Amino acid sequence: MSTLRTALLNAALTVEEQKPWPRITVDADLWRQATLAIAAGNATLAHLWAEPRAMHMAVLDDDDGALTVLTLAVPDGSFPSVGLTHPPALRLERAIADLYGLVPVGLPDDRRWLDHGRWGVREPLGAATSVAADGDAYPFLAAEGPPLHQIAVGPVHAGIIEPGHFRFSANGEIIVRLEERLGYVHKGIEGLLAGTTLDEAARVVARVSGDSTVAWSFAFARAAEAALGVAVPQRAIWLRALMAELERLANHLGDIGGICNDAAFALMLAHCGMLREEVLRASKAAFGHRLMMDRIVPGGVAVDLHDASAIKAMARHIRERFPRLVELYDNTASLQNRTVTTGTLSADLARRFGAGGPVGRASGRAFDARKTPGYPPYGDLDFKLVTRQDGDVNARVWLRIGEVYESLELIEQILDRLPAGPIAHPVAAALSERRVPQAGGLANEPHDTSTEGLAMVESFRGDVLVWLRIDEDGRVLRGALRDPSVFQWPLLEAAIEGNIVADFPICNKSFNCSYSGSDL
Amino acid sequence: MRRMLLEGLFRRPVTEEAPAVADAELEELAARLGAVARARLGRSLSIREVDAGSCNGCELEIHALNNSYYDVERFGLRFVASPRHADVLMVTGPVTANMREGLERTYAATPAPKWVVAVGDCAAGCGVFRKSYATIGSVSAVLPVDLVIPGCPPEPIAMLKGLIGLIEASARG
Repeated sequence: MSTLRTALLNAALTVEEQKPWPRITVDADLWRQATLAIAAGNATLAHLWAEPRAMHMAVLDDDDGALTVLTLAVPDGSFPSVGLTHPPALRLERAIADLYGLVPVGLPDDRRWLDHGRWGVREPLGAATSVAADGDAYPFLAAEGPPLHQIAVGPVHAGIIEPGHFRFSANGEIIVRLEERLGYVHKGIEGLLAGTTLDEAARVVARVSGDSTVAWSFAFARAAEAALGVAVPQRAIWLRALMAELERLANHLGDIGGICNDAAFALMLAHCGMLREEVLRASKAAFGHRLMMDRIVPGGVAVDLHDASAIKAMARHIRERFPRLVELYDNTASLQNRTVTTGTLSADLARRFGAGGPVGRASGRAFDARKTPGYPPYGDLDFKLVTRQDGDVNARVWLRIGEVYESLELIEQILDRLPAGPIAHPVAAALSERRVPQAGGLANEPHDTSTEGLAMVESFRGDVLVWLRIDEDGRVLRGALRDPSVFQWPLLEAAIEGNIVADFPICNKSFNCSYSGSDL
Repeated sequence: MRRMLLEGLFRRPVTEEAPAVADAELEELAARLGAVARARLGRSLSIREVDAGSCNGCELEIHALNNSYYDVERFGLRFVASPRHADVLMVTGPVTANMREGLERTYAATPAPKWVVAVGDCAAGCGVFRKSYATIGSVSAVLPVDLVIPGCPPEPIAMLKGLIGLIEASARG
């Protein structure tokens, strides 16, 4: 346990019931101290979220991956800004100000982030004041000087891709500054979760980012189960990991092909595209849906695996075909010319921003939620944590190549050792158990019966985080969600600096951040 | 690379047969397309995809249309980079308030005759995001929709069927 975590737990005002990691209430001084410790690199900021009268900060202990949630009451609607000393919090705080109307005191960037002036309402989750929906002007950061020109791209892009705006300031071909403006696919997901049943909430969370629907459902289920104390049957646990690895495999294959295609090397896309299609077809044959949407539910999984032959055949075929594609990538100088030393992300930035997934691991951040904090069944499975140090597009390609092999390895291990038994534990039963008053307790005494759970799951893109507060009837009172993209998007701005404009697509694809997951 | 290209020449293609579209569906589409469209389009359609708020699940499956199994270009269907080159807008997602203007402007930039295909359950009926302050509704709340392809997300084969229907209908008459 890190010294910071020990210090936080000792200085806490109260410790709240939250599973499996504690949530502590703190005063503004301790909040500031924690912020400074994170900024100094003693821990990693995992998420920052709000309620109308409270702020929460999830702090990741870099030693063992344990999370601690700090809660600061904000009766006057303002709190000491985290972004002031720790830039990864900037966009989160801008979003909190937009949605709840809370004021991060000292926040260096007070422009609206998710609120484009189009909702017809300000602070929709706070005061909710009606306004006209004619849109706000957005002042982009200045980049001035005689040779500079600006290039505006989006929100509608040239490819089949999500919407977002990129503002390039360029000196000739060289990018001097990239500024992202996102929020176009903001769907108000946090607001939608409040007051829904677990089933309804699960369907919404499965659609936070379609490419990582399995990981999101996995994390949602784990958070709900932690809160309600539901024990999940072994077979369901292993089937969840099987789906998660199929999802990782499909996405990594798609990304490797996509990155090469952005260097105009279409042959790789064609071949990787075929392999990706094979993974999706095997997923459909095994679980009845190509993306396995809504297949993981609180309590277990929605469908059992009756026939693993399609997955086995697919894995065998990819083992046969994929090494040739790797060889092709490795031996094509014109392709390497585009990827080596392009879009380099420094190890220091990756660490400070807590960059998850291939983006962080290709820049030396050896973090994978499957290893730390870890969750079943991964402790019983044998796989390597792939890392690279160089941090360029090439490193992110090799990272994914390494993880394709690890996922194949995991899929085969899971199929070999899949336990028999039931696939779900009914959540309703766990709820009624909770409603029985504890022995010795006063049944008439009014008390807060809500319960909280927190979970972190490794998607193909990095760690996704879900926090839930659930009432005794199993309704979600509040939910907070954090996609890995939140901390990766700002790093793309840093990695692209000094590259040529024509290399932006390949850099962007090598990050492959989610717009939907970050806009929520 | 040489070996892979040679192999590609001699191996049987993985591309699958075109899905059949029922006659009744074709008649209905043909009626909607009208004579002008038939004369102008012949047997090809240029498609511009617009994500108006989707979770990106539909985008993944639209991408899959381009892989060798579905090979959408063999039907004269082509994804283009600009709405100025497009005959069809394939729109996904519940239309978010923040994307409404982007979608309307893309539609305005598309030359007539033009058609709008709403892809996926969100585009068809706003899906699970219906009750939010941040969504406007289904695509038809913003643009005239000519064809709806439901599914969450619709499988590539369902999209292929819908698009081939559009092209067959435009060639009839």
